[in-house]
This record gives sequence, C-alpha cells and structure tokens, in this order.
Amino acid sequence: MGDDRGSNRRDFLRSIGALGSAAAFGGIFTKASFAQAKAPIKIGFVVPLTGPYGTEAADQAAGATLAVEEFNAKGGVLGRNIELLVRDDKLKPDESARRTQELLEKEKVHMVAGSIGANTQLAINEQCKRAKTIFMSTSASNEITMAKDVSPYTFSEATNLWIITQAVGEWTYKHVGKKWFILAADYGFGWQTTEGFRAIGKKLGYTEAGLINHPTGTTDYTAYFPKILAAQPEVLLLCNFGKDQLNSVKQVHEFGLKKKMKVVCPLLVITARREAGDEPFEDIHGGATFYWEMANTIPTAKTFVNGYRKRWGRPPTDMSGYAYSGVKGLLSAVQRAGDMDTKKVILKLENYVYDYYKGKEWMRAWDHRAMQDILVLGSKTAKERTEEWDVFNIVEVLKANDKQERSAEALGLKEGVPLSKML
Amino acid sequence: MGIPFNILIFQIFTGLALGTIFILLAIGLSLIFGLLTVVNFAHGAFYMWGAYAALLCMSCFGNFWIGLIIVPAALGSAGMAVEYLLIRRVYGLNPDYPLLLTFGLSLIMIEVVRMVFGTAGYPFDAPALLRGSINFFNLFSFPSYRIFVMAVTAAVIICLWLFLEKTNVGLIIRGGTRDSEMVRALGIDISKIWLLVFGIGTSLAGLAGILSAPMRGVYPEMGIAMLVECFVVTVVGGMGSLKGAVISGLLLGQVVSLSALFAPAMSNIVIFIAMAFVLLIRPSGLFGVSGLLE
Repeated sequence: MGDDRGSNRRDFLRSIGALGSAAAFGGIFTKASFAQAKAPIKIGFVVPLTGPYGTEAADQAAGATLAVEEFNAKGGVLGRNIELLVRDDKLKPDESARRTQELLEKEKVHMVAGSIGANTQLAINEQCKRAKTIFMSTSASNEITMAKDVSPYTFSEATNLWIITQAVGEWTYKHVGKKWFILAADYGFGWQTTEGFRAIGKKLGYTEAGLINHPTGTTDYTAYFPKILAAQPEVLLLCNFGKDQLNSVKQVHEFGLKKKMKVVCPLLVITARREAGDEPFEDIHGGATFYWEMANTIPTAKTFVNGYRKRWGRPPTDMSGYAYSGVKGLLSAVQRAGDMDTKKVILKLENYVYDYYKGKEWMRAWDHRAMQDILVLGSKTAKERTEEWDVFNIVEVLKANDKQERSAEALGLKEGVPLSKML
Repeated sequence: MGIPFNILIFQIFTGLALGTIFILLAIGLSLIFGLLTVVNFAHGAFYMWGAYAALLCMSCFGNFWIGLIIVPAALGSAGMAVEYLLIRRVYGLNPDYPLLLTFGLSLIMIEVVRMVFGTAGYPFDAPALLRGSINFFNLFSFPSYRIFVMAVTAAVIICLWLFLEKTNVGLIIRGGTRDSEMVRALGIDISKIWLLVFGIGTSLAGLAGILSAPMRGVYPEMGIAMLVECFVVTVVGGMGSLKGAVISGLLLGQVVSLSALFAPAMSNIVIFIAMAFVLLIRPSGLFGVSGLLE
C-alpha cells in the first residue's frame, strides 16, 4: 500500500537526477545532439517540495519536467537544450527570495516559473522583477495581477480564487441552494473565498445564514457544528484547504451535517479526496481547474494525461497542469519569438490564445492572467470508482469568461493597455 | 444573543467529547513527565506512528479491533526500545537534554514516515459497527464513534488510576518518583520500572493515534498540532498530575467549545489564554507538584 507511493517518490527523485545528468553529460537522450553545441536554456522552478504542500509541489515539478522533456525530445528550442532547475522554497517567503536570487545570479536562469502559496510567489515575483526576468506563476492568487505586484515580467498561468468563487458560487446558487453558511479558514485562502462567494451571492440575491472563521490548522471542527445546524442553511460553504479541508469534511460527514444541508468547497483536489476516503466526500461538490477525465473529451488533455501517466505512473493533477502549461507557454513563446530577448518573448506571451492541456486559454495582455475554464466536480462513491485515481466526476464545465475576473479598476490597471507598454 | 436550549446542551456535550479527546492525547505525555521528569517531545511522533501502525494493521487484517490491541502493544515496545537505547542515557541530566533528544527523535520519526509512506495522507474509516449516530432525547445526535472514544478514554483513566494506586508495581512507581535512591536501596531495580513507564506512555500515544485516525485522518504531520494541545492540557493540569490532566482536559474542552459558539475565531487562542491565566495564579498548574523541573 505504502509501496507504490514510496516508489513513485523514488522514481521521481531518480528522474530528476537523470534529467540533470542528461543535461550535464550530453544529448544522448535527445534526437538532436547538435543542440549541445549551444548552452542550454535554463528555467528556474521554485516550489515548496518540503512542507504541507509537498505533494502538490512534487506534482508541479513533475508537470514542468514533462514539458521540458517534450521540448528536448524534439531537439530543444532555438537549437538549444532546455534545463529545468528545481528548487525547494519550503513554503517560506524568505527562502523563496533566496532560492530565486541564487537561480538568477549564480545559475543565470533565463526564466523562472513555479510557486504554490500566496506569499512565496510574491517573493519570487519581487526578485524576478528586480532582475527583469520573466516569472510564470503557477499558484492561484488574487494579488499577483494587481497593480502593486504585477509587472511586464509577471505572468500567471493559474487562475485565482476570485474567479473560481464567482464560477462555483453562481453554479451553487443555481443548482444547490440560496441560503449559505460560510465556514472559512482565518487566513488568505478563507478570506478571499469568503469575499468572492459573498460578492457573487449578493449579485444573485443569496441569504447568508452565518459566517464562522476558524483558525487554520484546526484539527477538531465539532465545536462549530451546533451553531451551523441551528442556522439551518441550505448550503455549507467550506472555505478551507489542505488538512483543514480534510478534517472538516471528515467531521462534517461524521456528524451527519450532509443530511441537513449540501456542502460545497471552493476547490477540490485529488490529494485531500484520497486522504479522506470515499464516504466523507460523498455528495460534496467543489471547483477545480483540471481533472484528468477531461482526456475523454479534449484532445490536448488526452495527450497530456497519457504522456504524464507514462512518465510518472499516475495521472496529473491541477497542479501538474499549471506547471506543464506554464513551462510550455514560456518555451513556446521563445520558439515563436525566435530569440531569447525578454521583451520579444513577453510580446509573444501577451494576448496569446493556446490549448496545451485543457482546452482554450488566453493570456490577457493587460493583467497577464491566463483565462481558463473552471470545473465543478462531484465525488465518486466507492462503487463508481474504477481505479485509485478515479475519484471525481466532472459535473459541469464553466466556460472561461473575461467578466468573471475583477474589473481593471479594481486591479488598479488599465483595460486593454498591455503591460508590455511599461517596458 | 438567544441560544436555543438544545444547541447549548449540544455545545456542552461537544465540549465534553472534545475534553476527553484532549485527555486521551495528553495522558501519555503527562505520565512520562510525572514519573520520569522527561518532557517527551516525540509524543506527537509516537501518536502519528500509532495511526500509521493502525493503517498497516487494517491492510493486514482488515479489522479495526485487532489494531486496537496490536497498535498500543507495538508502540509500547517501540517506546521501551527508545528508552533503553536513548532516553536512559540522559536521566539525571539537565531537563534540556531529554527534551532535545526527543525533539530530534520526533523529526527523524516524521521523516521516516514521509520516506516510507509518502508525504500524502491516507484515509481511515471508523469501524462499520460505529458508523452511525446516537440520538440524545431528540435534542441532538452524536456520532457513535465519538461516544466510543469517550468510553475508551474513561476506561483508560480508571485502569491507570487502579494500576498506580492499587498495585505493588504502582506503589514502586510512585515511590520511585518521590525518592529513587531510597527505592534502589530497598533492592528494587528502578530502571526496569522506568522502562515500563516510558512504554506505557508511548503505548497510550499509540492508542490515541489509532483512535484519532478516523476523526482526524492519517498524515506525517498529524502529531505536530496535537503535541501543542497536549502540552497545554498537561501544563494547565500541572505537569505530572494524572488528576490534573483529566480535569484540565475537560475544562479546556468546554473552553474551546463555548468559545466556538461565542467567538469562533478565538477558539484556538482561548486555550493559551486559559493556560496563561492558570500559570499566573498557580505557576505549577492546577494540580502540579512544584519544583519538578528545577
């Protein structure tokens, strides 16, 4: 039982090692060994491999690695091999800043990608802005595209919690119920999802049955349940993530709250779903940006999922998708620019419409945010599942829509004016 | 604010259940400290190992009840091995030594689990027999599993009390705490007693691990947050007092539960406020023996 994960992890580490040595000792594995004549294109990739998001970070590193390997197998970009330099920031902003600085100054990376975490990605972004180097963020964040932090060099392949809550909130109002109780973690994730749900709720005319902010890292949620039950909501919005989501979902199930109300989470991920088991997540819905069964309907998703499975022995997650698409976006922009010149690459990234792994996306020029479809997932029961990774079903695909994001005014930007104009 | 009667009763009962979980988590830590004056920072790691051991038992036997017997036994043995090989060497030294030793040990134990089982957690369900809930006078219903955990905790407390107060070994343990020189002079091998006490402590951590798994999940870092709760319970109750741990566990359960009703965002901080308050008035805790750490 533990073996498969253990070996996955070892395989993964081995592969990262192999990738490094492949890059170092020559193009034995690449079709075009002439690529070795020129120095490789280096991409720095900073993710919290150790710490609470270690699993998600490993998924990201795996996705980024796959993208790089695909390019190298086709002879690299501009006749140069690609080298991915993965660094662990331990989910600490000061560590992110240091690792990024090292990548920029010592390793002389050409571009940076990655990050999971609101503060760590801002720290990486700061370093990249200072070094005038492109940073492709792969972590959902409201702040990264706001005037204070965004720059011509800053891009976000991930969507954000605002957009997700607008999409999921509207779906919830239409299909689940109109009287909401919000149980939210007392930090960025909880506040931002609460803000988003309240905004869309207000627009549509919801009733708020109550709001509880719980400290993050709470292990026992039962003390909140009497109050929630007394408020008799139609929907309980669980605005928390990771272990908080795992524990609250388990206990909501244990205390039979699902018999009295429907439960919706802003984000559902395979990790927490697998950790909790089948029953706790039964009948719970939530948002996502990718699920591997998209392969059934979308050709690029099929290629991505098959390639990833072949390489890593498991299907990709939302996080793998962000990293794969983000790195692929960077490399394809270099290819189209035909040059490593930063400004030329930025211009190629802006306004580009692409489909790398999940259907159509577009990188808006004025806020550098990738607009993309949002999914509503439901959870499969033990009987419905066909294999260990088969845990969700796609209930609805909410089409990408420019209007779901906050207005240019709210972001402090000018709509229609590309950020590259600042260069 | 008007709170309906049934909600208030529900809330108080929830607090009682929470309190017993606090006791269950803390009792092993309290025992080891009280009798060996070793602050076992690896308590959370033993608890986590207990949950993973339960997972292994489930995959081998597919039966929760077998796990309930094997896991405490296995963790007790592991604890004795640790005492014999490591802790024994730092008795009588400054309390910082066992503290640093067990802290280092906990880091190693967590990392080992990450390497063997991976960083992601595993599902763990309550046994089928205890999946339902029990209705209390139509006022509220409560999961049977939590009632079961409360009952087990009560049984553990009673057994421990009987063991310490009514048996000869218990007498030696208590004597050893007060004056180990004297006990040695009477021809008793005190080191065997310490080995046993440490084993009981870690076996209780293992029991807490398997019992918590269905409520809180199984993952490598599960012992970290739990250790904080344990320390608060132990410190408020008085380091080393069994009675103190029980009363402070129940008290803190109510504090957390009632603050969740009136000031939910405060519910994690209130236990620290309560701790600070108690320590200001009684520096060695409610039932603590003063001077243990000096």
